[in-house]
Amino acid sequence: MIEWIESVLALTLQVGTVYLLASLGEIYAERSGILNLGLEGIMIMGAASSFIFTLAYGHLAAITVSIIVGVLMSLILALMAVYMRLNQTVAGLALTMLGLGLSGFLASPEVRKVILLALNPSLPEKFLAIQEAPKLPEIPVPTLSEIPVIGCFFRQNALVYFSYAAAPLMWFILFKTRPGLSLRSVGENPAAADAMGVSVFKVRCVATMVSGGFAGLAGAYLFLGFQPFWQEGLTAGKGFIALSLVILSTWNPLRALLGAYLFGGVEVIQYRLQLFGLGALSPYLLAMLPYLVAIAALVAVSIGSVRKRIGAPASLGIPYSREE
Amino acid sequence: MERLVELRGIVKRFPGVAANDGVDFELRCGEVHALLGENGAGKTTLVNILYGLYKPDEGEIYVRGRKVELKSPKDAISLGIGMVHQNFKLVESHTVLENIILGLKEDGLKIDFERHRGRIIKLAEKYGWRIDPGARIWQLSAGEKQQVELLKILYRGAEILILDEPTSVLTHQETRRLFEALRRMAREGKGIIFITHKLNEVMEVSDRVTVMRKGRVIITKETRETTKAELANYMIGRPVVFSQRKVSAQPGATVLKIVDLKVSGDRGYPAVNGVSLEVERGEILGIAGVSGNGQVELAEAIAGLRKPLAGRILLNGADVTGMDAGRMIEFGVAYIPPEGNKLGIVPEFRVVDNLFLKAYRYPPYSNKLLLNWGKMLEKARELVKEFGVVTPSVFSKARSLSGGNIQRLILARELSGIVGGTPRLIVATYPTKGLDVGAAEFVHDLLLRYKEMGSGIIFISEDLEELLLLSDRIAVMSGGRIRGVLTRGEADAEKIGLLMSEAAPQAG
Repeated sequence: MIEWIESVLALTLQVGTVYLLASLGEIYAERSGILNLGLEGIMIMGAASSFIFTLAYGHLAAITVSIIVGVLMSLILALMAVYMRLNQTVAGLALTMLGLGLSGFLASPEVRKVILLALNPSLPEKFLAIQEAPKLPEIPVPTLSEIPVIGCFFRQNALVYFSYAAAPLMWFILFKTRPGLSLRSVGENPAAADAMGVSVFKVRCVATMVSGGFAGLAGAYLFLGFQPFWQEGLTAGKGFIALSLVILSTWNPLRALLGAYLFGGVEVIQYRLQLFGLGALSPYLLAMLPYLVAIAALVAVSIGSVRKRIGAPASLGIPYSREE
Repeated sequence: MERLVELRGIVKRFPGVAANDGVDFELRCGEVHALLGENGAGKTTLVNILYGLYKPDEGEIYVRGRKVELKSPKDAISLGIGMVHQNFKLVESHTVLENIILGLKEDGLKIDFERHRGRIIKLAEKYGWRIDPGARIWQLSAGEKQQVELLKILYRGAEILILDEPTSVLTHQETRRLFEALRRMAREGKGIIFITHKLNEVMEVSDRVTVMRKGRVIITKETRETTKAELANYMIGRPVVFSQRKVSAQPGATVLKIVDLKVSGDRGYPAVNGVSLEVERGEILGIAGVSGNGQVELAEAIAGLRKPLAGRILLNGADVTGMDAGRMIEFGVAYIPPEGNKLGIVPEFRVVDNLFLKAYRYPPYSNKLLLNWGKMLEKARELVKEFGVVTPSVFSKARSLSGGNIQRLILARELSGIVGGTPRLIVATYPTKGLDVGAAEFVHDLLLRYKEMGSGIIFISEDLEELLLLSDRIAVMSGGRIRGVLTRGEADAEKIGLLMSEAAPQAG
């Protein structure tokens, strides 16, 4: 029984980390008033680039490139949503479409081969056609990883450890520092922030880039750290689950940590229930479970937050311009 | 005396309008300098330029004798200029402290909340304010919010303070306290620009006054060397005479008859509780009372926006009880809503669209399917001219108009009779609230003109002076009931006040 719990918990952490990384960045974007609906597309671009670059240059290069790709993609959104003041929903969805299509194209066997040869001409022939890449190694923390049950928290790869640190750090920046205050103010009342000399455009642009970088990283983690086998549409809606996690967390990085593991846990339990034969009726019904939990959680949070006045950032999705 | 600010030859053009047309202005140390003018005179544009929000097309800005270029509020703040905007620029969900230190550069990365807390409390006490730095903005009253706005700029050590119509949201007592604080700041050597269109406030708080009209400065004077009448003259551009063109009500047909009307309010209980009234052709029936005593609900019931619980409404003898607003419009009811900028227009629509919110459904402006834009534009241009709506063009968004011009637009739509000719009944709810003298006078003239043309008018107002000026009869409303109806001869402020207080407003 303990082994079963341990394995579920370990898997929960691994799935949850995808959601956590993606939603941490998204929290910053939304706190600044920019809804980055391109999350799914950026994530899969991150996954695709980490796939190609791992084969060519190894893990570190792959992770770095994924982050850069994520930031570049988010710059498209920043350009459209912040500077051109276009509709953020449309711009974000366009970015998702772009990412899904482009990643499929770039990672398709023929194109991939060309890119790989261009990146590293000395790459052995066998790497050119494979669909898999080496998984990120687990780095067990001495002693801590041997504790029963919770030891699995300390038998993870580097990106999971990074996410443990990132959540509290990003919480601290958001609520306890000057840049964090500027960021939150811009998302609530850009005119007020502008009047106090805060550059609304700059803040929103940086926040969007942060969300892009984290989404790229989430994609890299999804591929390298969780399932290092490339297939088109690999993200399978995880970007959208991360978006609902942002709401569930009430735009708070620490709550996102809990929420991410909740969503991760539901997903893992769903797999396990299938193993027990509960999915006999239809596996699709069970597969709905994470989404049902997401909806239920959203409803619960909305009811609670109306009462406590902790809703969405007041200017979320609203473009800002001064001379009007 | 040292000059803090000097503006020379400021020109700022917006599409079609020169909001500032060669403005010179000067602010000295230790003075409260009132900037007086009607809505749309260019006062706010001028201070927005001084605060770096707008870039002037021409002109020079000197601060403490040095020529400066202000690219954004950041530049202005670093020169010690602070501004309290007419609409508060506060983050509602954040605390007082967070709002005050927003954008402040003096901290390191981490904010030292405790140190700020102590300093804010101390600064507030200096001006006699008690404020909790940890309170959230949405929990504060309007007066407290304004104190936060002032603290925001004082905390940055601002020496040049700009206040844009600071009293418009304050109660009488809050205004008093604000003036005391402003006088104190002036004694400390700060320079204060006080924008207003209220003459009383100019006389009460300012040392000097600059009057603006249509984007130009008319005059700058020592306040003690001028009078209210003189200032009004400069502001409007002609003597203001509140003359009453006396028109005797044509005796005759009853336009509106209300019998024992009961109307539910937003909170569920009856806001109008058994009202009976009659309005004749060519008669202005004033309705006096403290707002919130059922006046708006009564008006909305007549306009067809609220279904009565009981009672009857008769228009020209026909029973129209419970008919919707569309039918009421066809019966010739014109409705001027309270808070015109919220309830009277679609801000994102253009002027022409707003003018035709009612009439677009009727020929000749549309057939069954298509709108006739040619006809609509032609008529819209005519109406804009006739009602004196100041707008760059009929294609401008209604949102961009000033309050007075929004009201003119609403009046043009409601009164011009583009549906069904001259309105039979005009229901005007607080039509002059928030308007300056000139715009209010225009509304008065218009109502009198329609009275002459034979419309019956219900005129709801809180302002006894204008009620006594315009009304043939005044009904006093309180607690959802009519407490008495006074004719023109017998009505005076005292009697009305007595009727208002006779029955305390009912609760529940």
